[in-house]
Amino acid sequence: MSGANDLTALTIAEARDGLAAKSFTAHELTSAYLAAIEKARVLNAYVIETPEKALAMAAESDRRLASGNARPLEGIPLGIKDLFCTEGVRSTACSNILGGFIPPYESTVTSQLWRDGAVMLGKLNCDEFAMGSSNETSAFGPVVNPWRRAGSNVGTNAGALEGTALVPGGSSGGSAAAVAARLCAGATATDTGGSIRQPAAFTGTVGIKPTYGRCSRWGIVAFASSLDQAGPIARDVRDAAIMLRSMAGNDERDSTAVDAPVPDYEKALTGEVRGLTIGIPKEYRLDGMAPEIEALWQQGIAWLKDAGARIVDISLPHTKYALPAYYIVAPAEASSNLARYDGVRYGLREQGGDITGMYEKTRASGFGKEVRRRIMIGTYVLSAGYYDAYYVKAQKIRTLIKRDFDLAFAAGVDAVLTPATPSSAFGIGEKGSADPVEMYLNDIFTVTVNMAGLPGIAVPAGLDAKGLPLALQLVGQPFAEETLFRCGHVIERAAGRFTAPAWWTP
Amino acid sequence: MSVDSNTVKRVARLSRIALSDDEVPHLQSELNAMLAFVEQLNEVDVTGIEPMISVIPMALKKRRDVVTAGGEADKITANAPASEDHFFLVPKVVE
Repeated sequence: MSGANDLTALTIAEARDGLAAKSFTAHELTSAYLAAIEKARVLNAYVIETPEKALAMAAESDRRLASGNARPLEGIPLGIKDLFCTEGVRSTACSNILGGFIPPYESTVTSQLWRDGAVMLGKLNCDEFAMGSSNETSAFGPVVNPWRRAGSNVGTNAGALEGTALVPGGSSGGSAAAVAARLCAGATATDTGGSIRQPAAFTGTVGIKPTYGRCSRWGIVAFASSLDQAGPIARDVRDAAIMLRSMAGNDERDSTAVDAPVPDYEKALTGEVRGLTIGIPKEYRLDGMAPEIEALWQQGIAWLKDAGARIVDISLPHTKYALPAYYIVAPAEASSNLARYDGVRYGLREQGGDITGMYEKTRASGFGKEVRRRIMIGTYVLSAGYYDAYYVKAQKIRTLIKRDFDLAFAAGVDAVLTPATPSSAFGIGEKGSADPVEMYLNDIFTVTVNMAGLPGIAVPAGLDAKGLPLALQLVGQPFAEETLFRCGHVIERAAGRFTAPAWWTP
Repeated sequence: MSVDSNTVKRVARLSRIALSDDEVPHLQSELNAMLAFVEQLNEVDVTGIEPMISVIPMALKKRRDVVTAGGEADKITANAPASEDHFFLVPKVVE
């Protein structure tokens, strides 16, 4: 279990050092994770496990390590969100409509991880087409958060779950749960409105959504193309920095991928924030915000101030309009992107008489409830007579949201500090059943960042009264991921790290 | 703005999603909840504001006008629910 000799307890940086020092082999490291995954199936984090592939990749890593040709992520076992297409390995976006889809190609981001020597353990659960904030919309069922409320009786009896199980957040719920439960050393994730940062916050892990264009979107199942970005979820800030370096970079096959050099992000972890200016936006202080969230925010401010950063109050006046504008832009783009699922070229087909009947039946049975609802909202706001009133208006508001940040950055702000989420993890089935908007409010602090295309990182900063992790978010200037890693590292050193007790292992 | 049941059915048809009559009332109230939520955008004066086209100010990249892929019909049709001789099969569309 989690003893001193448990290889799954190591961070990526520690595992890298251990492999280099020949303290253990890539085969031993991968085998330790495969064993942990097998014991944790009750969490439902993986939708497909690829042990043979993992062991073959680990064997190659051991050959490279032995011959002194180790690559940057040599032998590091990773989990891959099921939104990334992986050649020869089923990729479904956790939707029935892609039920048996086996891509004949590899996404750019994952191909770069394998190029750098990482080992694939399997595909991770997520909300269907990444539409959700709790991982409850997945066709494979919800993921269970490895964290539980203090005193709660959640546990397992003969392999079945008992008590109040919590969501890991979403949409990258499988990624966050697997990293927190030590079922992979790190995981890929994607973020359209908060899908990396909110699950990271709910599980005590670190998640960064890079600047739009930093990572290629090629081979990632599209949700809302002007908002989607890939990024890592990891145990700590250093591991997130190590992973992002391999994931980021230009790609000829994505016209929005930016042609700019990828820095060695690990070098940004100097522990030094003197000379940096941190903005505190008053609009993030919501009416009725939990006192614990406010206290956490104040603590974060104090940590950065003590480390020598300058703290300034700022105003981002259009903050409150980001979420409603998002719920026009994202469904509009989704309705367009998801038009491709028509039962002709791949995925599910239901017979329906003529071709239109076939389309309609295929899409009605292949898409889940949340996805159908978003496609319909998107179709409505793009339909004749409503386009200007909804879509164009929302895109204008997006310009105003970005301008708010531009003005703050022009006035000398290096990064903005906010809470990551309005609460800690909630129970499976507790939210959004009557009114979808209740669930959408989870992303209130994260969604502005996608609307403005900026980088944002969630870093664990404490536990609430229920014993559950809470996180702070840092938002940076375009392509200033290094500043986020630097500030996040300072918060992490002050807050310490948070590990869920392994209640699920027999 | 709110939608009536006919609009829900029309949007479902435009979305190519089959909808049974008993699904309409629930979906109608959910769509109206979302439309009510986005209503607050009407408070914002957007006179003279350009709509966002690209969050990152960059010129659209160009590549050389050359063939970079092809000859992969096997792979392209491998996941099709119905195909024959590298063609996708669909219900008859022309009488």
